[in-house]
Amino acid sequence: MYDIIVIGAGPAGMTAAIYARRASKTVLVLEAVTYGGQIINTPDIENYPVTAHISGFDFSTKVYEQAKDLGAEFVFEKAVEIRDENGVKTVVTPKNAYEAKAVILATGSENRKLGLENEDALVGRGVSYCATCDGNFFRKKTVAVVGGGNTALEDALYLADLCEKVYLIHRRDSFRGEEANAERLKARENVEFVYNSNVTRLIAEKRLKAIEVTNRLDGSVRTIELNGLFIAVGRVPENQNFGSLVKLDESGYVIAGEDCHTNYEGIFVAGDTRTKALRQLVTATADGAMAATEAVKYINNL
Amino acid sequence: MAIIEVTKANFEEEVLKSEVPVLVDFNADWCGPCKAMKPMLDDLAENSDSYKIASINIDDEDELAEEYDVTAIPCLVLFKDGKEANRSVGLIAKDAIEALLEV
Repeated sequence: MYDIIVIGAGPAGMTAAIYARRASKTVLVLEAVTYGGQIINTPDIENYPVTAHISGFDFSTKVYEQAKDLGAEFVFEKAVEIRDENGVKTVVTPKNAYEAKAVILATGSENRKLGLENEDALVGRGVSYCATCDGNFFRKKTVAVVGGGNTALEDALYLADLCEKVYLIHRRDSFRGEEANAERLKARENVEFVYNSNVTRLIAEKRLKAIEVTNRLDGSVRTIELNGLFIAVGRVPENQNFGSLVKLDESGYVIAGEDCHTNYEGIFVAGDTRTKALRQLVTATADGAMAATEAVKYINNL
Repeated sequence: MAIIEVTKANFEEEVLKSEVPVLVDFNADWCGPCKAMKPMLDDLAENSDSYKIASINIDDEDELAEEYDVTAIPCLVLFKDGKEANRSVGLIAKDAIEALLEV
């Protein structure tokens, strides 16, 4: 049996592993894909103290090596369930089951989809969730961005520099994202705003060719021919497997305060998957430290 | 066997005319998820002789990327007998890469 099982090897989970190991607890980190979390998509981190520039991949590799050198074990299997019998937590994966005294959920979040037919099949064939990753494929071409938050505005600005034409499709007529970003975008000649509208169909022939956009106010339908569609409609937390044990808010985030305690004894939560005001790298690592420290306290009092 | 670097010059010989299936990894230096996937591909390449793994840098080989409709990376395309047999876009786990090879 391990002292602590951490579910998720992003910055929050790996920092929790570092803190737990430095408190001499045995730690297993379970991760569904590979270490790193969503930060690996960021080409350049400029707001993390100590270093002015580092890529997300280099950052996560350093944290991973630090945790491993301290003795954290990593297993790449997806945690699908947590069971509790007399205080012993069993974390189940498709292949194995692992026991621990305490569990830290650090499962992060994933891109929210539009939920359209063919959306999954067209990823990589015109549909993308990451403008900085895939924007280069659409140089001098026509693209659309869907969404109204900061990510959508920043994606549209980034793409406006590369592409011939950028449509910004938003279901309202005002943006949730920063006003400054919206103003900068409105100054661009190659950006067209499509307000009060939803993307209602993806039209493809081997790859995406056009989208159908429906106006929410008058029901009118318009077809926009394009090469790429960038979906930036937010993220959803990835903890549906654990909702039977810990309380989630209406959006699916695990309810916990700054101390990272869930409602369930011996289960803690860290990073983007926790209810919080600011989801950033620095708050994720801070959560990892807090969750591990609280888990260690919990174990020491058993 | 190590991962083979493939360009337009040796694509036909290494991929299309290969006697064993070839898993082609379309990637770029600036792509974090591609780098995250690399150790898994290295490991698979080292431990198999029933298939090959090839790497194509899409910035250097934009014609190949265009020809095979690659518009997002990492993108893994499995070629069997010179034809596309399977494809996956985005960072995936090692067992998912292995599953991709089993068609």
